[in-house]
Amino acid sequence: MTAYILRRIVYAVLILIGVNLVTFWLFFKVNTPDDMARMQLGAKRVTAEAIARWKSDRGYDKPLMYNAEAAGVARFTDTLYVSKSLEMFRLEFGRADDGRDIAFEIRSRMWPSLTLALPVFLLSLAVYISFALLMAFFRATYLDFWGVALCVAMMSVSTLFYIIGGQYLVAKIWSLVPISGYAVGVDAARFLILPIAVGVIGGIGSGARWYRTIFLEEVGKDYVRTARAKGLGEVVVFYGHILRNALIPILTGSVVAIPLLFMGSLLTESFFGIPGLGSYTIEAIQAQDFGVVRAMVFIGSVLYIVGLLLTDISYTLVDPRVRFE
Amino acid sequence: MLSDGVQRLARRAAVAALLPALLACDRAWNDPYPGAEHGANILYSAFSQRPRHLDPAKAYASDEYDFISQVYEPPLQYHYLKRPYTLIPATAAELPKVQYFDARERRLPEAADMRAVAYSVYELRIQPGIRYAPHPAFALDASGKPAYLSLTRDDLRGKARLLDFPLTGTRELTARDYVYQIRRLAHPRVHSPILGHMGEYIVGLKEYAERLAAEDKRLNAGRKAGETAAFLELDRFDITGVSEVDRYTWRIRIKGKYPQFSYWLAMPFFAPVPIEADRFYSQPGMAEKNITLDWFPVGTGPYMLTENDPNSRIVLLRNPNFRGEAYPAEGEASDQAAGLLADAGRKGPFIDKVVFSREKEGIPYWNKFMQGYYDQSGISNDNFDNAVRISSTGDAGLSESMEVRGIGLKTSVATSTYYLAFNWLDPVVGGQGDAVRRERARKLRQAISLAVDFDEFISIFANGRGIPGQGPIPPGIFGFRDGPSGINPVVYQLRDGKPQRRPIDEARRLLADAGYPAGRDARTGQPLVLYLDTTARGPGDKARLDWYRKQFGKINVQLDIRTTDWNRFQEKVRKGNTQMFFLGWNADYPDPENFLFLLYGPNAAARFDGENKSNFQNPEYDRLFEQMKNMDNGPGRQEIIDRMVAVLREEAPWVWGFHPRDYGLYHAWLSNVKPNQMARNGMKFYRLDAGLRGQKRAEWNRPLVWPFAVALLLLLLSLLPAIRSWRERERSGAARGMPAALP
Repeated sequence: MTAYILRRIVYAVLILIGVNLVTFWLFFKVNTPDDMARMQLGAKRVTAEAIARWKSDRGYDKPLMYNAEAAGVARFTDTLYVSKSLEMFRLEFGRADDGRDIAFEIRSRMWPSLTLALPVFLLSLAVYISFALLMAFFRATYLDFWGVALCVAMMSVSTLFYIIGGQYLVAKIWSLVPISGYAVGVDAARFLILPIAVGVIGGIGSGARWYRTIFLEEVGKDYVRTARAKGLGEVVVFYGHILRNALIPILTGSVVAIPLLFMGSLLTESFFGIPGLGSYTIEAIQAQDFGVVRAMVFIGSVLYIVGLLLTDISYTLVDPRVRFE
Repeated sequence: MLSDGVQRLARRAAVAALLPALLACDRAWNDPYPGAEHGANILYSAFSQRPRHLDPAKAYASDEYDFISQVYEPPLQYHYLKRPYTLIPATAAELPKVQYFDARERRLPEAADMRAVAYSVYELRIQPGIRYAPHPAFALDASGKPAYLSLTRDDLRGKARLLDFPLTGTRELTARDYVYQIRRLAHPRVHSPILGHMGEYIVGLKEYAERLAAEDKRLNAGRKAGETAAFLELDRFDITGVSEVDRYTWRIRIKGKYPQFSYWLAMPFFAPVPIEADRFYSQPGMAEKNITLDWFPVGTGPYMLTENDPNSRIVLLRNPNFRGEAYPAEGEASDQAAGLLADAGRKGPFIDKVVFSREKEGIPYWNKFMQGYYDQSGISNDNFDNAVRISSTGDAGLSESMEVRGIGLKTSVATSTYYLAFNWLDPVVGGQGDAVRRERARKLRQAISLAVDFDEFISIFANGRGIPGQGPIPPGIFGFRDGPSGINPVVYQLRDGKPQRRPIDEARRLLADAGYPAGRDARTGQPLVLYLDTTARGPGDKARLDWYRKQFGKINVQLDIRTTDWNRFQEKVRKGNTQMFFLGWNADYPDPENFLFLLYGPNAAARFDGENKSNFQNPEYDRLFEQMKNMDNGPGRQEIIDRMVAVLREEAPWVWGFHPRDYGLYHAWLSNVKPNQMARNGMKFYRLDAGLRGQKRAEWNRPLVWPFAVALLLLLLSLLPAIRSWRERERSGAARGMPAALP
């Protein structure tokens, strides 16, 4: 397994360099350093000298990828790409254009994201699997039919509707929890009840339907018939055999998401006032802040690669037949 | 209706299902604030965009001023109640004395010819005894030395916020702090947006900035990435035009005559910054923890910023060292009746703490305002119909649902203007070429001005919240003329003493005179196609873009809308590569010069990188502008402004769009609120009745538990058939129970 993980790390470095290059190219295709300076300095009374000063101070006065005025290796190293993008591999995120330390910002914002995303993730998994098992258990009955109909109806509704509807009903009409806001410690619970509920309920349709399909595929297999033939009860068959055998596709979809839970959710965090990372990237794109964009894309890529690696490793835990050789 | 017993049962079930934390609360369950704040004298407000800068040398946006205007005190300020906007002293003992000198340093009388004035000297004197808010930068240790001005990275371990520094101190405000802030405008790493502009006026500032930049480069040569930059001693060099006269007095020397400079002295750019604060924040390791002057301001104002999480909340606390400021005793005629003079003479601030929460979305913000958790709110287009009722006479009033809650409405016309600009360099709509060509283009612009109906625009897209522009100057600014004498005769005519838009046939006639009868070029027969550059391209913009096409369609002109991103749009406007575009301007200060300079030739964007984005050029207008800009307000200045506006109306370089009207809602427990478009430091005069607020919050937010309990019950009941069916299956054989599984 060690050799496999090392091989994957080498691949990961290559992927990260590729992602880094694409991010750099895309960003500077849309924004020039002059645009960035204007965005930071404001729209009023900005002079050409002020723009030049800003670029020079922030190191954006270098050529993008190739410095024709430099000599030797410096033609490639004394460039914006090397000075701004390759720092990522040393995990030096630097400062945002508004002066804030990016690593500090990420550290302080990832915990609120996680306090929301982790319960949503765990509860969703439990609820969707339970609901899917219920539908599979009562397959071809009115419960299954209406369960699937409910799932289709719920998938057809936008996430925004669940958020606004949940806030309107639970927080405004029933006045049971705050509409939005955040607190640390135990007090965070009353702010998180509603977004967690909305997050779980909003995904029931697609989640339960997906798991139901997986379970139904397993239900018809020989080992299930054998289990029944041995006289096992349906509950034991479902939870002891079908669920275990369906874990590979479940893990494929869920383990990869675990590292990304830190990254937060744009809509939910925005509407519920949770100071997480969900909107950090999008705000940075709007503010043309390359420092934040490159850092968040880099971290997102690393976490995704870690998620894929964890998924592979988890296969060996649930299925002894899987080997990395 | 459910019986009491069932309701009681339902309530218990719901409470058990929610969190035990709720049980401990004696306030509304949906109260988003900590229990300790219940009943406290705290103002709750919200912000949607995180402020980018709180450094007074950098901040230039209104949402940044909402915070720093409560903390920093420039020498001057605007009177809270008087309109038109009037400058009064803030920390200054009196309004500055301005002296004029000729090129040979001889003093000139106040009424001297502007051309003879080579320098103006502003002498400012502050009141003694003003003290800074408590801050670690001023803290002294037991031996009387600064406690936190020589920290190492190790000393900063475990310190993440300003509050983690246990010692604080204060000192008296001096003239040196004001001078120091002017020096900071030139700091090469601060990037003040007004350095370029002020460098043109303050004697020696430009040269000082160049010397500082060179010194900074020398000091930091060879600095490795991640290393803290060396502290730049701003006092090492002098600005020839700025000097400290004594402990409380300083002088600023301005090139020529620039009366608008007084208005700049009321902006945070000229607020004091103590050198101790600059030194404190420049220490190694501070920036990595985001403990910087840009995030934790230090001032003498009524409040001090104690918590800054721009992603969640920003908290201001009453500055215990604030001297107190008397509530004004005079204002507009209507202020007495509006109860705005009830606190006259009493010393503010009247509120202990201000909590700004971040609300990125309008819906939760509005709902929380309606629940009483925000004390004030604007009105979005979505909520306008719920909140405002327009009477048959066109007056705005509150809807019944607002009145029942005792909410008050205050409106004010923004000192802003939005316009549709023609690019003067464009061969079709611009003002270049021979006299015939210029005349054709002028008539075309006038025809478009008539066709694009901004009265309708305001009604459809702004819920009537705006005033159609008659020229560049908005109401509330000297030079604006109200009533019949103020209408734009090119677009409006008087009927029964009231302005009415001229009929569209006049636009068609003007178009024909311009050489485009029925929207076709008389020479080529080709249809006239005009181009509008815009950044609007989302689904929400479609209705507006269609409306633009319809306006041009009224005179058979085809409008081609070219959508582009903000960067390219700005670039095109800057280089003069557009034909028409929409833009707006928000006043820096309440002087007509701040609007009329937007059309001054030497400010043209394409040639001089100035703010005249339409590149308008007119020798007569430019001559009048130069004459007007340094005059004092009075009949003479008004007359020149009238002539300038007349030129503009005739030449029509802009379609005079509209001046927005701001609507603000305030709960009954918040008083002394008067919208002020030029200043945002009014929180020191706000007063609130926390008792009434607590009572209303409890009344409006009674938890309704039974629907939740019923929903839970229904969910449980829906599982009963499944449970019964499962038990039946368990009892029956596998073959009978599982037909589908046995193919």
